[in-house]
This record gives sequence, structure tokens and C-alpha cells, in this order.
Amino acid sequence: MTAVELKTVKPTEAQKKAQRSRSIAIAVALGLFVILVYVISIVRLGPAALSGGGM
Amino acid sequence: MALVDETQLEDGRYRLSEATAGDFIQLLKPRVMSLVVFTGFVGLIAAPGVVNPFVAVTAILCIAVGAGASGALNMWYDADIDAVMTRTKTRPIPSGRVQPGEALVFGLVLSALSVMTLGVFVNWLAGALLAFTIFFYAVVYTMWLKRWTPQNIVIGGAAGAIPPVIGWAAATGAVSLESLVLFAIVFLWTPPHFWALALFKSGDYERAGIPMMPNVAGEASTRRQIFAYTLVVAAVGVLPWPLGYASPGYGLIAALLGLGFVWYAWKVLAMPDGDRDMKPAKALFGYSLLYLFAIFAAYLADSVLARIASAGGA
Repeated sequence: MTAVELKTVKPTEAQKKAQRSRSIAIAVALGLFVILVYVISIVRLGPAALSGGGM
Repeated sequence: MALVDETQLEDGRYRLSEATAGDFIQLLKPRVMSLVVFTGFVGLIAAPGVVNPFVAVTAILCIAVGAGASGALNMWYDADIDAVMTRTKTRPIPSGRVQPGEALVFGLVLSALSVMTLGVFVNWLAGALLAFTIFFYAVVYTMWLKRWTPQNIVIGGAAGAIPPVIGWAAATGAVSLESLVLFAIVFLWTPPHFWALALFKSGDYERAGIPMMPNVAGEASTRRQIFAYTLVVAAVGVLPWPLGYASPGYGLIAALLGLGFVWYAWKVLAMPDGDRDMKPAKALFGYSLLYLFAIFAAYLADSVLARIASAGGA
């Protein structure tokens, strides 16, 4: 087996900080979107959305 | 033996992004978004019937994100001219904090997400109107009109004027004459608002090669056109009262606000040709923002009071 040589980019402190900031923002936005879809589904479809009673 | 030997890439082509979440928020043009959200909210609340608060919040959120997405697409396309204008050169793309491709993908993803969410969870008329607004602002205005004709912001103003109609459609599933009057107020307000800015930023637009009215038709002609549009918007602002959509109280407030608008436009009309400070134009620009906010706030208050009065009388 031959060793595979990977070339990488080492992030600077500023790049790491920016990436962290973007990751947190994406996590918050995704979390809020999931909550929004969940709540609005219940509102639009009623309790049947949870029990499957509407089927 | 190590399977992977890591070495460093120093090639500038592989530069990692230094864009923060704040830079992406800036791409959404939050100040423009706040006005769009407010006018959309007024359309939604003034519409007849009762809207579920969760549906209302979803609709406003979608309008906000859709407006922000069109702002990001505008900044992606206009990065070259933003870089030469003092007002816009610190925006995320010209300053190098966000790469153009990042802004394009960001704008496209948010456009699709906001339209689909509004369509699926509120109604498809509102979703279609939001899609049309994004297309009109990003493609018709930004890519075509802006660099081609001095009527750019007159026609392009339609994009900024649709949000109250989207709000109305979100609440009722239809478009009414009343919502079109709200559209007309914003549509007719746009030329005096932007031309006031174009007067005292004409050097910026000249450098960028944008055919704004003062650069093409001259300052005197622009001042006359500002005054003419202001007379019309002041009259249309009062229109909801004689049409029976609002009370005489709203009519009085709208008339006073309109008189103020005309007075500021008159000061611009009377501005001497060689005036480089352009204080009247700056004052008109500031007042125009106050006017739009105040007239929509008055319309909102009037609708809410009418609803409370009719509920009390029932």
C-alpha cells in the first residue's frame, strides 16, 4: 500500500473565527426553520398531522 | 507508517473564506428589508378577515427572506459598480470579505426557500407574487434597467411596491383594489426618494456609469420631476379615504404628511443650480423615509381601530 499525499490549507485564526461564526449562524437558522415547519404544519393540518387521523 | 502525509497548500487560489455571519446578513440589505417587512405587514393586517398568527409570522418571515435574497443577488451582480461608489464600496463583495459565488448561491437558495415556504404554508398566490418580486428586482431592475435607462428606478420601483400586495394575498388569497392603492403609494414614492439621493450622489453614479436621472437629464429636470411625482404621491396617499378604505382621520394625517413631502420637494425645486451642499435634497431624502413609514403606520392604526370599533359594535 502506498501512502497518499494530501495537500491541505491551514486556516488562520481569522478564518477559523469566521468559520465558527458561519457555522453557528447556519445551525441557528436551520433550527429555527425546523421549528417553523413543525409549528406551521400543526397549525395548517391540525392535530391530525401528529396522529395520522386525517388519513 | 502514516497513510496520509499532510503538506501545506500556499496557493492563493485555495484561500479560505473570512466572511462572518454578519457579512451574509449585510448581503440581505437589512435596512431595505425593514421597510419591505413593514409595508408587507400593513398589507397583511389591513386585509379583511382574521389570519392565524403563526401563518402571519411565516408570511412576514418569507417576505423578509425573499427581499433579503433579492438584495444578495443585486449585490452579486452589481459588485463591479459597488466597488467604485463611495456609498457601496464597503459592501461585503467589493471589500473582498464575501466571494461573488458565495453571494450568488446564498441569494438563490434563500429565494427558493422563501418562495416554496410561502407557497406551501401560506398560499401559492402570495408565493408567486414573491417569486415575481425577486425576479423583477434581481433580473429586470438589476441586470437590465439599472444600467440602461434613467427610468430604472421608476419601473424598478414596482419590486419594492409589491410587498403590501403579497401581505394582502397571504391573508386573503386574492389581490384587491385596496392593496393596489398601497402598491401605488410605494411605487410613486420611489422616484422622489431615489432621485433625491441621486442628486447629492450624482458623482458616485457618474463614476459607476449608471444612467441616473440627474446624470442623464440634468439636475434641473430631475428637480422638476421630483416635484411632479411628489404632488402625485401626496394625492394618492390620501386616496384610501375617499375610496372608503380608511377614515377621515387617516385622510387628514395623509394630507398633512403629503403637504410636508410637497414642501420638501418644493425646497429641492427652488435649489440653486450651483448648490453643491444639496441640503434640501438630503432633507427630502430623509423626509421621504419618514413619510413612507408614517403613512403606512397611519393606515395600519386606522385599520386596527376600525376593526376594534366594528368588533365592539357587533
